[in-house]
Amino acid sequence: MTSTSSPAAAQTRGTTTITSVLGRVLFLGVVLALVVFFAPLLIAQQLWMWLIVLIGSAIAIFVLYSTKRFIPGKYLFPGTFFLVVFLITPIILTVGYSFTNFGDGTRGTKEQAINSIVSNSVQQTADAPRYNMTVATMGSPTEGPFELWLLEPETGDVFRGSEEQPLEQVDASDVTVADGRVTEVPQGDVLDMREVNAVYNELQQLAVPVDDTSAIRPLSVNQAFVGTTVLQYDEERDVIVDTASGTEYSVAKVGDTEYFVGEDGRPAFSQSWLQNVGTKNYERLFTNSNIASQFLGAFTWTLVFAAGSVLSTFILGFALALILNDERLKGRRLYRSILLMPYAVPGFIALLVWSNFYNRDFGLINEMLNLNLNWFGDPTLAKVAVLLTNLWMGFPYMFIISTGALQSIPGDVLEAAKIDGASRFQATVKVVMPLLLVAVAPLLVASFAFNFNNFNAIELLTQGGPFPPGEFTRGSTDILISMIYRIAFGGSGADFGFASAVSVMLFVLTGILAAVQFRFTRALEDVN
Amino acid sequence: MSAPAASTTSSIPAPQVPQHRMSFGRWFAEIGWRHIVGILAVIFAVFPILFVISASLNPTGTVAATSLIPREFSFRHYESLLSGERGPFLRWYLNTVIVCFTVAFVQVFLSVMAAYAFSRFRFKGRRIGLLSLLLVMMFPAILSMIAIYTMISDLGKVVPLLGLDSVPGYLIILLGGSLGQVWLIKGFFDTVPKELDEAAIIDGANHWQVFTRILLPALVPILATTLLLSLVGVLSEFLLGSIFLTSDENKTLAVGLYGLLSENRSNNLGVFAAGSVMIMVPVIILYQFLQRYIVGGSTAGAVKG
Repeated sequence: MTSTSSPAAAQTRGTTTITSVLGRVLFLGVVLALVVFFAPLLIAQQLWMWLIVLIGSAIAIFVLYSTKRFIPGKYLFPGTFFLVVFLITPIILTVGYSFTNFGDGTRGTKEQAINSIVSNSVQQTADAPRYNMTVATMGSPTEGPFELWLLEPETGDVFRGSEEQPLEQVDASDVTVADGRVTEVPQGDVLDMREVNAVYNELQQLAVPVDDTSAIRPLSVNQAFVGTTVLQYDEERDVIVDTASGTEYSVAKVGDTEYFVGEDGRPAFSQSWLQNVGTKNYERLFTNSNIASQFLGAFTWTLVFAAGSVLSTFILGFALALILNDERLKGRRLYRSILLMPYAVPGFIALLVWSNFYNRDFGLINEMLNLNLNWFGDPTLAKVAVLLTNLWMGFPYMFIISTGALQSIPGDVLEAAKIDGASRFQATVKVVMPLLLVAVAPLLVASFAFNFNNFNAIELLTQGGPFPPGEFTRGSTDILISMIYRIAFGGSGADFGFASAVSVMLFVLTGILAAVQFRFTRALEDVN
Repeated sequence: MSAPAASTTSSIPAPQVPQHRMSFGRWFAEIGWRHIVGILAVIFAVFPILFVISASLNPTGTVAATSLIPREFSFRHYESLLSGERGPFLRWYLNTVIVCFTVAFVQVFLSVMAAYAFSRFRFKGRRIGLLSLLLVMMFPAILSMIAIYTMISDLGKVVPLLGLDSVPGYLIILLGGSLGQVWLIKGFFDTVPKELDEAAIIDGANHWQVFTRILLPALVPILATTLLLSLVGVLSEFLLGSIFLTSDENKTLAVGLYGLLSENRSNNLGVFAAGSVMIMVPVIILYQFLQRYIVGGSTAGAVKG
């Protein structure tokens, strides 16, 4: 360092040390390496959304962190990245799904559906080659998706394939082979015999396409065979032809969804594919009188539940804060410590414990109060139970914020009220209450918004029940969000497209709620 | 902060002197009834917690046999949980600790970074950014779970570590809420005088040094509280966990214990309660220690704006 350098120059040099430059280069290098490594994999799997995420964030990182400019951006990027990828992108995708028939049997593309139909028609011929089969999965051992790893017993060649991925040969050195079977695979987990047995019925439906006319199907829990397909797809005419009988199946719309149909116009195969259905899902929501009334019913109860929760917790919390915030009261701090406790109990524990209290025969509430109420069997009682539980979970928070707000009210305000001749009660109602309400109003609105979508409070307590006979989409205590959960994952088959449409409606309602909250929150009007 | 001020006044004996001169009737009308209300409230607040503790110690461990005061004591349920005969409880505990601490820590850290930018810099889109953040955070992730599910199952095809039924995969989904604490923390940043960092900048510090050496140390108690609140929030996350974590060794406590209870509701109550006590007690103790900051922190958003 020369003595002629000006203080300013020394300063810049001080901040751009060699280590910081090296660190930056290293970091950007790692980012670049990740892009180079993952981009081809994503392209191969045709995962365009993730490719956009990968490249987009790499560009953002280079722009933001390679120069000294964009200082706020450097601090905002990491959190924004997660926000955009895991919160905003799913919202956009959900809006997209709401215009499709996405659901069980319509997850894949048309090509995958055809592959599956054709390869399922495999029939075993007398001299069909057999393979030693191993079942693996990258998902869960009970749900799949399953992948077959096959070993040709004579040559020792190893193949892999699944419903969607046609059979391909893999390097035998990539896998572990023992006793003539593949026992370990590079990606995913191998199912043991017990697990294979448990899913054997599903495996029997599985067929791995080899080429246009043949496919692999499981023969037993550890063997598979190659067979020829009876059905074939004629691409030019877009029909599936049965080579044995000559019957043709063409594409036609059944309901909202296209299938391959026989001459009688009914779907000949259960497989279908992801299709655009326009605004059908929304029309169903608004025009189907049963669904519309279910939605309206759930909406009303959601409002009652959220407003009831906020009001009851606030009234109790605020009253306790007023009563216990007297300076002359001994043990004030002890009371506060104990009343804080429910706030510290993790919500899922509190809800599950309370759900036991309502047991008709053995529950604590019936037992202690000597009642015989069927809490979860009666719609009104179940609603009371939900609100009572939420009161227990929520009042400590209201107690805390009310106490805090009370203590922040300047003493001279009360002093002034006293001098003017106000009684303690008058001072409380006319002076303390308005001041406190101004302070906590935004928190009350936030609490309303939280309860509006308080899924756990319903699902862990009543699971939406009790359900009227013959009705499965909505139980008496279901709020909108738990009703969506039931539509999407309920017993009547997954209907993701429709559930997404209901979700979008709930997004809109939440947005309106947010707008109201913005109006209530004074501070937002001049964000500084 | 108001809480410590209040505590000093209560420890001064002077205000208690007039009490002795009060007649009982007057004392009751002014103060005594407050104790009755207080005690009733305490009973309401505490009985479910007592019930859990009692159920965890009751050797029978069924709904029918459990009352508020246990008649027999035994650590059977704790033993059966810790020995792993009811599922890998310690594994669930470990998974939960990993998920909660990682998510809470990352969430608070990224929120602090963003709050720093929002509090100390003036840039284009700042106001709209703050407001849309508030809006976006109101949308529950549960609503778009179908989309999240497909996204994660796609991601798992390329990076199996981050796929379905894996703890890291579940963890990154929860990181979607990384900016959840920005508003709260920004409020605290705004209370630290700007002159402080201006002085540091004149002394040659850059923005990163101002952030790490001046602002962060000033806010440590608040950040600890935010961390705790966020930790308990993650601890209670149940729905996404129950969708994504299906195999036993990947479950979190919330998912695992729920599974235990729903498997056989009346007979597994004791085990469930024992597990709950082991989660609840550390949190309750932490809350007691940080009580003062929690009271300050939850109102600050409203009072300070």
